[in-house]
Amino acid sequence: MQIHVSTNDGSPIYLQIVNQVKYLIAAGRLQPNDELPPIRVLAERLLINPNTVARAYRELETAGLVTKRGTAGTYVSATRTPLVKQQRLKILSARIDVLLAEAAQLDVSHDELLALVADRQRILKSEPAAANRNSGATSQ
Amino acid sequence: MIAQNLENSESVIEIERVTRAFGKKMALGEISLSVPRGVVFGLVGANGAGKTTLIRHVLGLLKAQQGSVRVFGRDPVADPVGVLSRVGCLSEENDLPGWMRVGELMRYTQAFYPGWDETYAEELRRAFALDPSVRVKHLSKGQRARAGLLIALAYRPELLVLDEPSSGLDPIVRRDILGAIVRTIADEGRTVLFSSHLLDEVERVSDHVAMLDQGRLAFAGAMDDIKQTHHRLTLVFAEARREPPALQGVLAWEGAGRQWTALVSGRLAELRVAAIGQGAQVVDERPPSLDEIFVAQVGAIRTTAEEVS
Repeated sequence: MQIHVSTNDGSPIYLQIVNQVKYLIAAGRLQPNDELPPIRVLAERLLINPNTVARAYRELETAGLVTKRGTAGTYVSATRTPLVKQQRLKILSARIDVLLAEAAQLDVSHDELLALVADRQRILKSEPAAANRNSGATSQ
Repeated sequence: MIAQNLENSESVIEIERVTRAFGKKMALGEISLSVPRGVVFGLVGANGAGKTTLIRHVLGLLKAQQGSVRVFGRDPVADPVGVLSRVGCLSEENDLPGWMRVGELMRYTQAFYPGWDETYAEELRRAFALDPSVRVKHLSKGQRARAGLLIALAYRPELLVLDEPSSGLDPIVRRDILGAIVRTIADEGRTVLFSSHLLDEVERVSDHVAMLDQGRLAFAGAMDDIKQTHHRLTLVFAEARREPPALQGVLAWEGAGRQWTALVSGRLAELRVAAIGQGAQVVDERPPSLDEIFVAQVGAIRTTAEEVS
């Protein structure tokens, strides 16, 4: 699990961990049932107070993102929660902002852009279907 | 029975109204602090703020002229054996006997502490790459700090006291020292008191912080509380101003013209209302680092002191 903490940006260290774990889950780099490093191990790796790691894990547990399994460790929850959805939308929002800025640069109107998105969606959806038909045909 | 109660009390160190002067110079003025069991307590302050003097009181090397110091409920001056047998310490000057070889230093220290853990000591010696046949005086500054750390940790003391442990050391030795603090505290029920002027280190590992300035306690509290009650607000005013407005809770201002940034202590909602009341727009807010809080707090205290005198 790739986590980086810094005291330069001022935000509390436990919150930096919470946000980064949320991001890793949302981005799929942490999968359901993946184990988080034990508190002590992460504390020694990041050189931070173990109580801080414990607090971050507690917050993640309260948010339903991770589950404690007794003394066995802390695992990424199997079910996706609305909070994860929110995180995923946040990641997409950043991409969309770039897209909107580029569309404006290229003089593509908002309606044209929306139409293009719908078009691309149709093509993407039809292609796997076409691939399935083809593979079905060869197997017969 | 009473001793039993004291042993179980929540505070490992209890400092009450300790005052100390060296000649005419006041080194500590009515310092009261309590260090709860199981925390990392960071003592911060500029050079000459009184950190080392306070630590020397905790270790029983100085007797309080006024006030009292209790460690594990005992007076470290009256009962040095009862206290120091449970304390591991490392100081900046690190007064290890230079003529001893590393191996001799380990056996020598072991003789004083029944709780010495030979396996752990050997593990640390290897991790720190300390050659047992080398004399202490021939070790580099960093290696000497590691040797000091080894003998402070190997009997697994209940309380680890570090006075400016990383002062003047390279980043790799500093990592070893921070690692030792983290491992010590990860062992249930152990406590660490350490002083440092590197606020980044303190912010990383401490649960509690006390700030000394010119022998006085500037402020003390749990790290989470300190972080939650301090804010950095950037305000934009309609008109350029020569001076920032008077706002309650502001410790320090920086800026010019229309844009000013305040480091404030207090409730965020109230601060925003007060700022808007002054005709300002809050354009940015973020939590300050411990370093910024320290500079602002000390600056505010000194300004007030000047105004009074």
